[in-house]
Amino acid sequence: MAADLQGDGLTRAEGSGRPPHPVDRGAVPRGGDGPVHVHRAYPHDSAHLHVQGAASYLDDLLEPEGTLHLAVGMSPAARGRIAAMDLAPVRAAPGVVRVVTAGDIPGRNDISPALGDETLLADTHVAFHGQAMFLVAATTRDAARRAARLGRIEIEAQEPSVTVEDAERRDERVLPDYAFGRGDVATALKAAPRMLEGRLRIGGQEHFYLEGQAALAIPGEDGAILVHSSTQHPTEVQHVVARILNVPDALVTCEVRRMGGAFGGKESQATQWAALAALAARVTGRPCKLRLDRDDDFALTGKRHDFRVDYRLGFDADGRVSAYDVDFLACCGHSADLSQGVVDRTMFHADNAYFLPAARVASRRLKTNTVSNTAFRGFGGPQGMLAIEKAMDDVARLTGRDPLDVRLANLYAPGRDETPFGMKVEETDTLRAIMEGLERSSGYRERRAQVDAFNAGGGWLRRGLALTPVKFGISFTLTHLNQAGALVHVYTDGSVQLNHGGTEMGQGLYRKVAQVVAEEFGIGLERVRITATTTDKVPNTSPTAASAGSDLNGMAAKVAASTIRARMAGIAAALWGVDEEAVRFRDGMVAAGAESMTFADLARACHQQRVHLSATGFYRTPNITWDRASATGRPFFYFAYGAACAEVLVDTLTGENRVTRVDILHDVGASLNPAIDIGQIEGGFVQGMGWLTTEELVYAPDGRLLTHAPATYKIPVSSDVPADFRVELFPNSARQDTIYRSKAVGEPPVMLANSVFCAIADALASLDPGRPVPLDAPATPEAILNAALALGGGR
Amino acid sequence: MTTVTLTVNGQSVTQAIDPRTLLVQLLRENLRLTGTHVGCDTSQCGACVVHVNGVSVKSCTMLAAQCEGASVTTIEGIAQGGQLHPMQEAFREHHGLQCGYCTPGMIMSAIDIVNRKGTALDEETVRHELEGNICRCTGYHNIVKAVIAGAEAMAGGMRQAAE
Repeated sequence: MAADLQGDGLTRAEGSGRPPHPVDRGAVPRGGDGPVHVHRAYPHDSAHLHVQGAASYLDDLLEPEGTLHLAVGMSPAARGRIAAMDLAPVRAAPGVVRVVTAGDIPGRNDISPALGDETLLADTHVAFHGQAMFLVAATTRDAARRAARLGRIEIEAQEPSVTVEDAERRDERVLPDYAFGRGDVATALKAAPRMLEGRLRIGGQEHFYLEGQAALAIPGEDGAILVHSSTQHPTEVQHVVARILNVPDALVTCEVRRMGGAFGGKESQATQWAALAALAARVTGRPCKLRLDRDDDFALTGKRHDFRVDYRLGFDADGRVSAYDVDFLACCGHSADLSQGVVDRTMFHADNAYFLPAARVASRRLKTNTVSNTAFRGFGGPQGMLAIEKAMDDVARLTGRDPLDVRLANLYAPGRDETPFGMKVEETDTLRAIMEGLERSSGYRERRAQVDAFNAGGGWLRRGLALTPVKFGISFTLTHLNQAGALVHVYTDGSVQLNHGGTEMGQGLYRKVAQVVAEEFGIGLERVRITATTTDKVPNTSPTAASAGSDLNGMAAKVAASTIRARMAGIAAALWGVDEEAVRFRDGMVAAGAESMTFADLARACHQQRVHLSATGFYRTPNITWDRASATGRPFFYFAYGAACAEVLVDTLTGENRVTRVDILHDVGASLNPAIDIGQIEGGFVQGMGWLTTEELVYAPDGRLLTHAPATYKIPVSSDVPADFRVELFPNSARQDTIYRSKAVGEPPVMLANSVFCAIADALASLDPGRPVPLDAPATPEAILNAALALGGGR
Repeated sequence: MTTVTLTVNGQSVTQAIDPRTLLVQLLRENLRLTGTHVGCDTSQCGACVVHVNGVSVKSCTMLAAQCEGASVTTIEGIAQGGQLHPMQEAFREHHGLQCGYCTPGMIMSAIDIVNRKGTALDEETVRHELEGNICRCTGYHNIVKAVIAGAEAMAGGMRQAAE
């Protein structure tokens, strides 16, 4: 039997003849010439290692001899000029080898993704509480952390901006305002039979990747440096390290085998720790490692943007919307980071799944003296969608209609299918089928009657029910990022090495791409060795983000593998005197008519014929354009759809609440791996539920983050998740030519959790039917109680 | 410095350590058993759970010196003779993991639940008992399924052993 390169027992599982897993829902029937490895529920590529604790994360790598450990000296104030920084006590502390400051940077003190507005180490001013001011390199991590507390720092402190209102008062922004829309909204609002105004505050969210930020930099010869970084964006780490060290990009290699979770929090925000490690390695000449303590990670890294949303909506007696006028005021933190794209995506999802005949979608990117808010799964989309879901609920309250009927009345439909940014929604049938399918399968109508009857009983316990849609645009809206590369080698024993620009953070990307390559070569998955993402194999990569990892890297790997396969088919065809098209690759064999040989034998034959068994693959997403200045084009390759129905129980005297049942129907096209996709849906939903219910970031007026550990910041645990949790994949096939007609799955499920927020509001609405529910996000017990009090309940 | 002698995964170990060394540091840094992870540093996430004398412990909140004479089992110590422990196999088979960082602690906690509550576990018990282990990826659904399946498989193993 062929050697099992992954050691994960897949060969045995194949041999046993049983399906890899009962979660084969959504898998395509097999047999004949159909695909073997795609559309199939294989376990995660490292599952066999994870269960043994044998999968190495950054902090598990064997440290080279002489490795120094780093700790960050943090600002004691949130805003002000640095008056004095006496680091003599730090230098004198036990174990300290070197203290590094901004003055030690050979290149530019700039870690920003684009705008040059963010320092690696503060030089003249600080802009948020905890900001990195100096770096300690010591013989142990403990020594470095103790020393980092000894800096004598004086800041001429100013009052920080912490809220939307603070930033508005100062009129400070990180980027210019931006708006787009359609039609004359002011006139349409005036002409509407009814009009409502609303305001919604939406909190941010800490990523809480289980593996905190970490980096290990190892100096090489002649100015080269190798940086291991827990990053979603190795290329950006490479660029920023080169910029900081003032060396060409070619001297810097960044590698990442896996992350222990990322969720957007390691897209731009992993860079600083990698650059600090690289700088310390340069200054000391020794390997340097930085792993942030969890509390420091909370204080030092950006989060999901918090917003205030002000909206006006025109509608008729049936709840059909004629005009939507919305202002998104985003707290971006102290620098731009990725806020242009994040808030643009908020705007692109201001409609969610609803046709808005007239719309004005405006945004302001406010500068606050807090960590620089950043990418977080959904990338601004969730906030845009939550606002219109709130508005739909408001309309339902004011018209007395069932919120689901209001949603269905406004859903994109043929002839009512153009977004406010001018892109046509091409799958209105999918959207409606998902909504109506879930309405049936969840028993929405019967349960609505039960919930209403229960609430009519009038006790302080109230039930709530909501069914909400998701429509999420797939592609980076910064069009040039929609490209990917891959590198595939076939060795003469028929084993294969696979590399691509995507990073593995638990989402199963490596497994999916390996399935694509195994399919292409017709070999077992155990013959495909997946290798770590590194800038010296595939250069100039985009971040693994925007849900596009499999779409982009799967295609690039398919191109690379098919290039090699075509060369191999040519040799086989010549050998057997048949057409190349007749050569089939399947079950580890290559065959044409009666002729056949093993894949390994053909690889050896190709080598002897001097045929190149290595190839790169490159893919660029077709059919997308977006001109931001004129707000025209087609920013997304396609949309992914889904819907969720949540039921909750709320105690209106305490604000306590439970999600009692969740039904989800979600569209992933023709799933590459149903088990992985269902896992993404379940996990994304629960993460979104945390954002909207228990996870609350609280800043003190002086800019300190008060909720800086899981003791004070409540992440969902197993008992918070409804036991009755039903997830189904919507049977579909992508209309665009995506990788095996699958659709992206990473981010869209987060927004399925809007159903939980709306269900809580639904429970509260029964306290005073006919009035919009004044509930902000997150719907913590405190927020729920405040809303209940405002509606005359809560006592 | 102080000296501590303990048994780790069946092997006797003696180490000279700073008295404030945490058990997790001893395991990860001195013994290079890096399957035990540090997630939150403050005893809340459960990524560092190991067994000390057969009972689950968050190893980031126990001093190594407290383990004098104790028997410690880590995630590296539960597979036998090249065969995964039934709980390990259940997590792999039931997709009870994504990024994998919480997985070793989850598995060690899960085995402890079975040790305390028996092999016939219901969902509610598992959900309640796993409250000290945070997973940020999966939404717990597959983890709960894996624990129940792993417990059933452990029952099978115990029956076999008894026969």
